[in-house]
Amino acid sequence: MSEQNNTSKPKSSRGRRAAWISLFAAFVVGILFWGGFNTAMEATNQEQFCISCHEMKVNVYQEYRDTIHYTNRTGVRATCPDCHVPKDWVHKFVRKVQATSELYHHFKGDVDTPEKFEANRFRLAQNVWTAMKETDSRECRNCHEFDSMDYTKQESRSSQGHQDAEDAGLTCIDCHKGIAHQLPMEYDPEQDVPGKSVFYTKRD
Amino acid sequence: MSRGFVALLFGTAAVCLSGTVWAADVESLRGHAVTDSSDPALNKATLAVPGGFGVGWEEQPPMIPHPIDKYSIDLRQNGCLKCHSQATFETANAPRVAESHFLDRDGKKLDRLAPRRYFCTQCHAPQTGAMPLVDNVFGER
Repeated sequence: MSEQNNTSKPKSSRGRRAAWISLFAAFVVGILFWGGFNTAMEATNQEQFCISCHEMKVNVYQEYRDTIHYTNRTGVRATCPDCHVPKDWVHKFVRKVQATSELYHHFKGDVDTPEKFEANRFRLAQNVWTAMKETDSRECRNCHEFDSMDYTKQESRSSQGHQDAEDAGLTCIDCHKGIAHQLPMEYDPEQDVPGKSVFYTKRD
Repeated sequence: MSRGFVALLFGTAAVCLSGTVWAADVESLRGHAVTDSSDPALNKATLAVPGGFGVGWEEQPPMIPHPIDKYSIDLRQNGCLKCHSQATFETANAPRVAESHFLDRDGKKLDRLAPRRYFCTQCHAPQTGAMPLVDNVFGER
């Protein structure tokens, strides 16, 4: 009896040790996998990655280089993912999954010339505007927040405009379309009165 | 063929020469060459004046009382119309494009902004705080 106990004791402790080791191994593998996954996802969240695609580099990137988000007085920049990829993990992950369709169109070559891009610009721009309207311009607000704006330091037009917009429940994209890229030919400012815009569509 | 080429050569040389001569000779009233981009007056910030500037004479194109460097006027877009068009001026609380801008050169009324009025900055200019070099002889109206 006592012998059996003696022999079973080391057995169970060995089994327990194995369980601990495998748990620890799973923990380490988990960290490596998770870290690797996030590192890979972050690698696709760089401007350099975005413009490694020809259609981004020759079209939208060139337009963006003329704007205040590319070069400005203080040197603070907003690069492609700052505006086009959400910051928090869940929304970022969802956006990255959606981006697989962009990969498909990249390899199919749907917008690989300026002419093809131009032909699709209106549709693509409306997709982005609609997305930003739906999220209350979430990516803009990572840096620009009504609550943090000092209206007294703004020019009178901006100050009034921002306060009116806040009261009317409008969002950044309602007024600030085409600030980083050229607007589509079809865009008509007269049809884009804030709050009565015709340019938000169902996303396809 | 060769005569034409020689003529073209002479013409080009003449244009180049006169260009350099003019650029060297013509001085702005501030004492710089007109092409000198380091002129501090050129780099002054645009004035933002609530209420706008007065006009000197009847039918003077009103001057632009705010910076316009973020707006572009090109084939695609006229950034001014974002606030000053018929459809948007009320919401934007901005002066509306004048009726005269909807007439073609024969005085016929168009239902859109007349193409000859499309380039706003051809007549309407933003202002900096530079000291005027020439007195304004027009009385303020």
